[in-house]
Amino acid sequence: MTEEIIIAGFGGQGVLSLGKILCYSAIMQNQEVSWMPSYGPEMRGGTANVTVILSDERISSPVLKSFDTAIILNQQSMDKFVNEIKPGGTLLYDPNGITRHPERKDINIYKIQGAALATEMGNPQTFNMIIMGGFLKVKPIVLLENVKKGLEKSLPERHHKLIPLNIEAIQKGIENVETVLAL
Amino acid sequence: MGDIRLMKGNEVIAEAAIRCGCDGYFGYPITPQSEVMETLMIRRPELETGMVVVQAESEVAAINMVYGGASCGKKVMTSSSSPGISLKAEGITYLAGAELPALIVNVVRGGPGLGTIQPAQSDYFQAVKGGGHGDYKLIVLAPASVQEMNDFVELSFDLAFKYLNPALILTDGVIGQMMEKVELSEFKPRWTEEEIIAKSGTWATTGKTADRERNISTSLDLDSAKQEIFNHKLQAKYRAMQENEVRFEKINCDDADYLFVAYGSSARICQKAIEIARKKGIKVGLLRPITLFPYPIKQIQEMLGQVKGILSVEMSAGQMVEDVRLAVNGKVPVEHYGRYGGIIPTPDEVVEALEQNFLGE
Repeated sequence: MTEEIIIAGFGGQGVLSLGKILCYSAIMQNQEVSWMPSYGPEMRGGTANVTVILSDERISSPVLKSFDTAIILNQQSMDKFVNEIKPGGTLLYDPNGITRHPERKDINIYKIQGAALATEMGNPQTFNMIIMGGFLKVKPIVLLENVKKGLEKSLPERHHKLIPLNIEAIQKGIENVETVLAL
Repeated sequence: MGDIRLMKGNEVIAEAAIRCGCDGYFGYPITPQSEVMETLMIRRPELETGMVVVQAESEVAAINMVYGGASCGKKVMTSSSSPGISLKAEGITYLAGAELPALIVNVVRGGPGLGTIQPAQSDYFQAVKGGGHGDYKLIVLAPASVQEMNDFVELSFDLAFKYLNPALILTDGVIGQMMEKVELSEFKPRWTEEEIIAKSGTWATTGKTADRERNISTSLDLDSAKQEIFNHKLQAKYRAMQENEVRFEKINCDDADYLFVAYGSSARICQKAIEIARKKGIKVGLLRPITLFPYPIKQIQEMLGQVKGILSVEMSAGQMVEDVRLAVNGKVPVEHYGRYGGIIPTPDEVVEALEQNFLGE
């Protein structure tokens, strides 16, 4: 199994840390991982994206042009990456702020109201873990228990008290994915 | 299983330095390698192993601090990215001229000039052919994974002390910025003065006993006859490196009709290109030089009876391809494919270049 994922959105949405937690979770189930961020003059409000690869085998290129799954969290990223999803692949996106919705018919498309749900939870910082939940629902390649372990590994100990809240956010994500198009 | 972490290549350089008993790091920040010193500053190894970490006032100061530390027989290092390495070039040739062991890490970005902060491999010539003046060579190692960023720190120091010559890790913004699973090395104590003498002799400006002359660490000798003899000695050392220290990896070469030659992050991209090409029925393999000096000349030559064409893939306008051509010496066609200025080639592009050059498509 090799899963090639792009996660893209605004800086500050937790795009990079979502990727990092996903990687740690896969390490917990003995998989190989790579995490390649876009780096540069990005900052809060600018765009941020990370290519994450999870695999049972040694990973070749950490830099890719096409992806099995795209997790898209703003319009710029939608415009940039929607056509880079492999036919038969999967798009998971948050419709918040999206005006040009995906029109492809050859990929699975799922929506998750991440921003709205985070507001509902009263904590905007849970946003990326709600998205994580959405991903786990549509691509159950990482076990939830390994995500819990991954959170423990990737968060500094002083933040471990926040793990239950993060798990709650993941649950919320799992329960709130809407199918737009399933092949 | 050892200490498994998910870390950036740059962070691993710092952690590996602490763990292998490095005595001192002297640096100056520059993207995309700033995490090396950031990690060291956060880790505060001076409290743990006694390793000194100094943010110098400039790159020139940092490399000369390295010269000072190395003269004292200490395991010292610096890191930077392309424009910073140019500033350090004078200090690097002085290190080579004074036969001092040290580790320099170049996390390459696109140039020339200030260029861009995105990854490139356009410092190959600078690393392998010179950069500074004079007939000197660095031992140049090119990691292709975060794990190798860990492994090559200690290896570089071992080789630097074995040959009393500076070693350089030539990597780029991809390997520096990416995170992968890494098994960190065990902690090793810093060498004592006695251990350094036992390993590499009494060349350092320290540990003088009553029965020997003072050591002076210098690259200056105005007597040309002596300077030529000294140059002979250096050349003999470089020949010994070529004889003993070539490192490389072959991937999918056994049945290959065509060959990629690529190092570092380009080698990773070529591995994906191999997967794509083989699905199309094109039998292509990869020879990945791990040491760029000494270069795997013989290993390329051994492939010549077998392959019909070689594509050298680099994130440059064509630098390493010259060494491939020297090794091949006209026996099979050698072409170059590269993107530069901070653009990373995609695996599909690499396959397309292979097809265009050798398969008439």
